[in-house]
Amino acid sequence: MTKTVLTMEDVGLTLAGNAGSVEILKGISLKVAEGESLGLVGPSGSGKSSLLMLMGGLERATRGRIMALGEDLSALNEDGLAQFRRGRMGVVFQSFHLIPTMTALENVAIPMEISGAEDAFGRAAAELQAVGLGARMDHYPAQMSGGEQQRVALARAAAPRPAILLADEPTGNLDSVNGAAIMDLIFGLRDRFGATLIMVTHAPDLAARCDRTIRLVDGRIAETAP
Amino acid sequence: MSLILAARIARRELRGGLRGFVVFLACLALGVGAISGVGMVRASIQAGLTDQGATLLGGDAQVEFTYRFADEAERAYLDQISENLSEIVDFRSMAVAGDARVLVAVKAVDAAYPLLGSVQMDGADDLPTAFGGADGRPGAVIDGVLADQMGLKIGDIFKLGTQEFSLSARLISEPDSATGGFAIAPRVMVLRQDLANSGLLGQGTLFDSAYRLILPQGTDLAATKAALEGAFPDSGLRWQDSRRPAPSVSRFVDRMGDFLILVGLAGLAVGGVGVAAAVRSYLENKISTIATLRTLGATGALIFQTYFIQIALLAGVGVVLGLGLGVGVPILFSAQISAALPFPAEIGFAFGPVLESAFYGMTSAFLFALWPLARSEEVRAAALYRGGVTGGWPRPHYLIALASLAIILVGGAVMLSGNWELTLGMAGGVAGALVLLALAAKGLSWAVRRAARSSWLQGRVATRAALAAVGAPRAETMQVVLALGLGLTVLAAVGQIDYNLRSAIARDLPTRAPSYFFVDIQPDQIDGFREKLAANAGVSQVESAPMLRGILTEINGVDAKTASGNHWVTQGDRGVTYADAMPSGTTITQGAWWPDNYDGPPQVSFAEEEALEIGLKLGDTVTVNILGRDIVARVTSFRVVDFSNAGMGFVMTMNAGAVSGAPHTFIATVYSETEAEAGILRELATAYPNITAIGIKAAIARVAEALGAIAQATTLAAVATLATGFVVLIGAAASGEAARVYEAAILKVLGASRGRILASFALRAALTGAAAGVVALGAGALGAWAVMFFIMDVAYQFEPISALAVVLGGIGATLLAGLVFVLRPLSRRPAGVLRAQD
Repeated sequence: MTKTVLTMEDVGLTLAGNAGSVEILKGISLKVAEGESLGLVGPSGSGKSSLLMLMGGLERATRGRIMALGEDLSALNEDGLAQFRRGRMGVVFQSFHLIPTMTALENVAIPMEISGAEDAFGRAAAELQAVGLGARMDHYPAQMSGGEQQRVALARAAAPRPAILLADEPTGNLDSVNGAAIMDLIFGLRDRFGATLIMVTHAPDLAARCDRTIRLVDGRIAETAP
Repeated sequence: MSLILAARIARRELRGGLRGFVVFLACLALGVGAISGVGMVRASIQAGLTDQGATLLGGDAQVEFTYRFADEAERAYLDQISENLSEIVDFRSMAVAGDARVLVAVKAVDAAYPLLGSVQMDGADDLPTAFGGADGRPGAVIDGVLADQMGLKIGDIFKLGTQEFSLSARLISEPDSATGGFAIAPRVMVLRQDLANSGLLGQGTLFDSAYRLILPQGTDLAATKAALEGAFPDSGLRWQDSRRPAPSVSRFVDRMGDFLILVGLAGLAVGGVGVAAAVRSYLENKISTIATLRTLGATGALIFQTYFIQIALLAGVGVVLGLGLGVGVPILFSAQISAALPFPAEIGFAFGPVLESAFYGMTSAFLFALWPLARSEEVRAAALYRGGVTGGWPRPHYLIALASLAIILVGGAVMLSGNWELTLGMAGGVAGALVLLALAAKGLSWAVRRAARSSWLQGRVATRAALAAVGAPRAETMQVVLALGLGLTVLAAVGQIDYNLRSAIARDLPTRAPSYFFVDIQPDQIDGFREKLAANAGVSQVESAPMLRGILTEINGVDAKTASGNHWVTQGDRGVTYADAMPSGTTITQGAWWPDNYDGPPQVSFAEEEALEIGLKLGDTVTVNILGRDIVARVTSFRVVDFSNAGMGFVMTMNAGAVSGAPHTFIATVYSETEAEAGILRELATAYPNITAIGIKAAIARVAEALGAIAQATTLAAVATLATGFVVLIGAAASGEAARVYEAAILKVLGASRGRILASFALRAALTGAAAGVVALGAGALGAWAVMFFIMDVAYQFEPISALAVVLGGIGATLLAGLVFVLRPLSRRPAGVLRAQD
């Protein structure tokens, strides 16, 4: 029987703003199996990225329960969530979110430094080699192209060997050639290390590469395929 | 581990350079620089006073008597303990040359003077030559300004009393001039024996005699002092020695230094607003990095430590820069500073002020940076999607740390200044002004936000945009109003206090004050003196009273200084008068005047206000030392004495039998029309050459001059505060430039001309500046009122001119800072700006 790494039960997210509160997610329930690749699709504003954030503990649900890798995320505070992510969850963003004052090598090493892992820089260098950036280790983000930056971000997410890899439109800011290369890398990493991949995407071809896709509309799961 | 990792991340973060920290560094450097600069100059003066102690005092020690010379026994004792001794006499008199009659401070010396150092003069090589005189007349050395004022050249003749002197040299400097404190009249120096036939220094004349002593090497000064005081316990002698040669100067320099350092601390508070704003702005730019670190597993503590280390390092850099400024500038301009000071100063490095200002700099940097730093750990990973941290309070342990830092800062200032009232008053004033300014900024934002939505502004795009910008949630309004406002508050307070002090002295006083004080009127001269004035039609009123000088030494048998808490009445000698019948116009508030022809044990009527201040009650005894004799008198009445009108006022009036037998003179006040003043002086000075006239206007001018110098120093310190405020202003304007570029581009797209955009930007700057100016004026005036009412005991009057300057200055400063950063927004083409935003 396949192990479940992530369970969401009747999860909701309501955000309070100056103009009143907005209900972003409404009663989401789902399960993700170990090693599965799951695509989250849907129109803009449907709640895809918010759902991904809840899965990664980057945002806290206002109702419902989220269990990830045996931990009840709803019971953890901000620091607890940060500590939970260490080595277990890798996140890749559309806008890369590299730290501008750090070199590529330092950007990749930082999560392992934070978790106190041994040989953080050796492992970071190997990961950069793996994504084809062995020659750019000492470059700063501003000295790299968008595709290169996203590869650094990918190396940073993958280096601690997380059980779950979350990707939020990882090719959204890239041209088609770079986008395809990044996706090959992401799926290659998933295949090599057996991580669970959960990805938000607008691209139908990327969604098609996932084992399963969930379509969100107006904060609700409208469709699951297959 | 966490701290090492935080340090590592902090080091990487600082690779971005110090660009965002220019204002942070400038604020700290200016504040620390001002404080350390003042501290350096103060330490240099104190070092100068200590190093040149003996020279400044004129000997290793000085024994002073009020209004008498040392008697034979005392003189013999002083001769015996010293290797060398010099006697000098100090008193006021009138120098007369032709029609010119000028109040002078005479220093009559002996041949041994000066025991240490030398007199610098122009016109003679040395004192013996100068005192040698010409044409059978003794010589005198006089202040150059006085010579010019009297139109005297070398060789000209003038009189002191009835004695003619030949002006033989112009005085440049005396080695022992710094010990005398505030001089009300210019110096004339003569040989004492040349005054023998002058008619001056008669019985009862007001003078001080001083005996400077060169003591054998290794003499224990404290033991010598104790032995002398033991040998002559009731003589009224005063001892000073080279350990603290000029206590009044030293005290003045200390107090002035304390005050200026506190003004500098207000500057540091202004800088603190800039520090807080710079840290907040830096952390806002780092939200993405912080959120990313949170995503990667960083805890709030790691985030706080990372940025705390950076801020601590930068604060260190700012403090070091400030110390460089504070130490470097005085050393660089040491020649000019030394020349401008009336005290000896050896400008050089001093460790104490450096430590003191570093303490102030680091503590205030942490105090102001801690709030935004504490908020940094509230940044969540979700900030990558949903923007930064919103407002709110830091966690309780940070609030405790903030309160502790404030206590450490204020407590440190209290300890270092040693004046808790002044320090707490200043700290309370600054805190109060900050609260007022913060409320004003909130109020302004609220008001303009509402105004921007009003219907009458429809179609007035520039005005509405300006109002909306000032009232926007993330506008720079708070920062600008706080920083500029606090700087302007200090300046407004200084302006108001200066005006009120000057007007109290220079304008209010003369309307009620006499034209002249006459002192040293001998008892056999007083009737003739009164008759002459009675015959003068220009004289409206004459008051006279016998005058002795006495030192209040004990209250109920206890040391008076201890019993009174060092009240001014017990410091130095005071005028004492006597009367048989109660003088007309006297108001007794408690007790009763003694009967006519009272001949019992001494009684004293004490000034009510001063009596209450030192805790006297009817029936208490006071011991007053007059001419070396202790008189123990019982307090039998309190009476109203008004010292504010410069008229005649004695703290102590004794019954005639108690003191009338002692040698004394009379003092008189003469009220007259201005036109009659010169004639009165001429007539009386001719008839009674020994009498000294003190013109109130001239005295007031000297006091005003001294006050002017103090006000100038304070204004300079306030300007340093304002300069820090301006730096914060520039920083705020610079940080808002990108937003203005975007705003200008949008307005251009919507059809606004550059002129209209410029007007809108100018209006928002003027609005903020005016708000800062008006609130600063209110806070400054409130502070000035408190100083005048509680400390000076003078009625406060609002001064509109400097007030207007403060408000206009506020508007001008914000306009200037705002318009410097408006050029780029106006010159950028909208397409480029908006494309970059996409």
